[in-house]
This record gives sequence, structure tokens and C-alpha cells, in this order.
Amino acid sequence: MIALLLRDIRLAVRAGGGFGLALAFFLIVTTLVPFGVGPQNATLALIAPGILWLGALLACLLSLDRIFATDFEDGSLDLLATAPIPLEGVVAIKALAHWLTTGLPLTLVAPFLGVLLNLPGPGYYWITLTLAFGTPALSMIGAFGAALTVGLKRGGLLMSILVLPLYVPTLIFGAETVRRGTEGLATGTPLALLGGITLGAVALLPFAAAAALRVNLR
Amino acid sequence: MSLWEYANPRRFMAVTDRWMPWVFGAAAFCLCTGLVWGFFFTPADFRQGESVKIIYLHVPAAMMAINAWAMMLVASLIWLIRRHHVSALAAKAAAPVGVTMTLIALATGAIWGQPIWGTWWVWDPRLTSFLILFLFYLGYIALWAAIEDPDTAADLTSVLCLVGSVFAILSRYAALFWNQGLHQGASLSMDAEENVSDVFYFPLLMSIAGFVLLFVALVLMRTRTEIRARRLYALSLRERMS
Repeated sequence: MIALLLRDIRLAVRAGGGFGLALAFFLIVTTLVPFGVGPQNATLALIAPGILWLGALLACLLSLDRIFATDFEDGSLDLLATAPIPLEGVVAIKALAHWLTTGLPLTLVAPFLGVLLNLPGPGYYWITLTLAFGTPALSMIGAFGAALTVGLKRGGLLMSILVLPLYVPTLIFGAETVRRGTEGLATGTPLALLGGITLGAVALLPFAAAAALRVNLR
Repeated sequence: MSLWEYANPRRFMAVTDRWMPWVFGAAAFCLCTGLVWGFFFTPADFRQGESVKIIYLHVPAAMMAINAWAMMLVASLIWLIRRHHVSALAAKAAAPVGVTMTLIALATGAIWGQPIWGTWWVWDPRLTSFLILFLFYLGYIALWAAIEDPDTAADLTSVLCLVGSVFAILSRYAALFWNQGLHQGASLSMDAEENVSDVFYFPLLMSIAGFVLLFVALVLMRTRTEIRARRLYALSLRERMS
């Protein structure tokens, strides 16, 4: 399993797997927002947490297809399915690799992009914390969506239609925690619920994703 | 005599063939009675005036939008566990009916909200969760349409329906947490202290029964069409083989 994790990370980082692309996309989205809503610092400060969360979510979404698609095309997914480790484990490891190469870097650059959007002081702490809590759920839910659409020719657009509604609770609790934290309100409840969604997704969705993969490999 | 006998497509077709006129007739009767009674023979609300009468479309459509998804969930479970094809096809047949009910609820809600709340749309938890439910329906229908092999499509959409149900409920409570609403609370519950007045209650019940029967009739009809389409597909495959 560790070998599979290292292989996936190596593929993502080296073989033009779009490791930097998600970060570049995040930067571009953040850059475009002030052009859309105007450069007033007060407005930007108000919407900064939401924009950062949305940008991270979209960057995560766009890199989902590489979780299974390339392995499906060259046949290594069939080999992984017949390997001695259970397919659920393969899914979990692949989602973890996706998080390490997408969610974690996004979390780390989010505070720097917050500067561009005039994020208020306490927001830096909260945006990093909530993204660290929430992006594993985004990767895991995304792995489920990718498993559903892996056999389709043009699955990309369909996958975003399937995955984005599933992202709603994560986004609500993540952005709500940052908003409350920035305004100095209590954040315990939304943060706990965000963590709960992440833990629930990591515990249950590998089974759903593996079931979908088995159907697609039939 | 068990319920599972109707999982046999031939038996299902034979029985529903006899039921169809009755179900459609009952639906038409209940809908006409409920709506005519509601629209013309109930008094106007003292605060909302005549606009209250849209309740006879709004509430039943909203109830059926949720119940249709619940029915798809049960049908998907039956398909995943017992592999009855009729069940998978019934789930497929229910989705477009459900999405139409969701759309009716959203549209009548907007038309009702304009004079009463002064706005077509607010990000109220109920309105938001209905919009999200609409998106779930769209994804489910799109996945059915995208996959060619019928059994693969049935399997994948069933898994999506299970996961989607969990996330739809999560989204509902997340939206409740996220924003306070303008929408009133439940006023038809058995255990509520204060419900709508009986004058509005009985025609509304009639209208709800009409929508339920209409849903059953439409789903049965669409399932029959799906079964026939599946037979044609099998025939054309056999033709190509020989």
C-alpha cells in the first residue's frame, strides 16, 4: 500500500500529472475575483473566505480525473483490482495521494492568496485550519465521483455535475467556520461538523467508490 | 402470494395493464376534486388573500419531490440486493417525474413568495435544499443517460442514489445551520399544536392524494415504457447476433 502511495505521488509530481496546475488554477481564480467584483478592500475582505474555499474546491475538482482515468486507460487499474490488497484500500490510498498532491498544497498556499484578497487578521488561521480539515473530504468525495465516471468517454463535465452537489455540506461548514472565526464568534460547532463529514467520508466512501469501480471494470 | 411476484416483468406488465385505467382515473378524480374545491370553494386567507390558494399545488408537489427520491432510494436498494430489473427501471422512470415535481415546487414557491415575501427567491434553508435536491436529480438523470450498458447504468446510478441520499440529508441540515429562513414551519403534521384551518386542510389532503396517485400512475406508465424499450433492445441485440 505504501508502494502504491509513493507511486501515485511520483506520477502526480513528475509525469506532467498536473501537480502545479491545481495551484496555478487556484491563483488565477483568486486573481480574477477582484476584476469581477471591483478592487475595494472592504468588499474583498467580506467575500475572501468564500472565494478561497470555492477556489480550492474547484481546483480540487479539476484534478480529480487523474485519480483513476490514466490507470484505467493503461490497464493498471485491472491489475490493482486483482492485487492482494482490497479495492477499498486502493481507493483510500489513491484518495490520500490525491490529497497529498492537491489538497495539502492548496491548504498551504491559501493564506498567501488571502493577502491578495485582504483577508482579515484572524481569517488566516481559520482558512488554513478549515481547509486542512475539509480538503480530505473533497478528495474522498471526488474519488467516488471519479470512480463512477471512469469508464465514460467524456466523463469530465458529468463528473462535476455529480460531485459538486456532494460538496455542498463541506463547503457550507468550511466557509461558515471561517466567517464565524473572522467575526470572533464561536466556531466549535461548524468545525466539529466539518471534521465529522471528513471522517464519515473517509470511513464510508471507499466502499461506495470500490463498488462503482468493480462495476466499471466488469 | 408475495410482493416479489411482481418483479417478474411479464407478471408486472399483465397486472399493471389492468390497473392503469383505475390509477389514472383515481388520480384525475382526486386532482380535479381537490383543485376545484380548493380554488373555487374555499375562502381567501385574511392576510394573504387569494394568493393562499397556490398551496394546493405547492405543498403536494414539494411532498412528492421528496417522496419520489425516497422511492428511488428503495428501488435502488432492491436492485442492488435482489437484482430485480423492474425495480431498477422503476427508479429510472421515477427520476424525471421527481425532477418535474421539484421544479413545480420551486416555481410555485417563487410565484407565491413574490406577493407575500416581496421577493422571488431568498436563500432560505428550505428553498436552498430544494435547489440542491434539483441538482441531485439532474446528476442522477445525466448518469443514466451517459452509460450505454443498461446493467452498468443501473448499478452505478443505484450507488449514486444511496450516496446522494446521505449527502442530500446532510445538505438539508447544513443549510438549516447556515441561514435562518423566511419559510414557515410544518403546518400539516399530526403532532403539531397549530395546523392550517380545516377549511383549507381537507381540499389540500384531496389534492395531495391526487398528486400521489398521479405520481404512481406516471411512474407505472414510464416503467412499462422502459420495459418495452428493454425488450426492443434485447430483440435488436438478438437480431444482430444471428
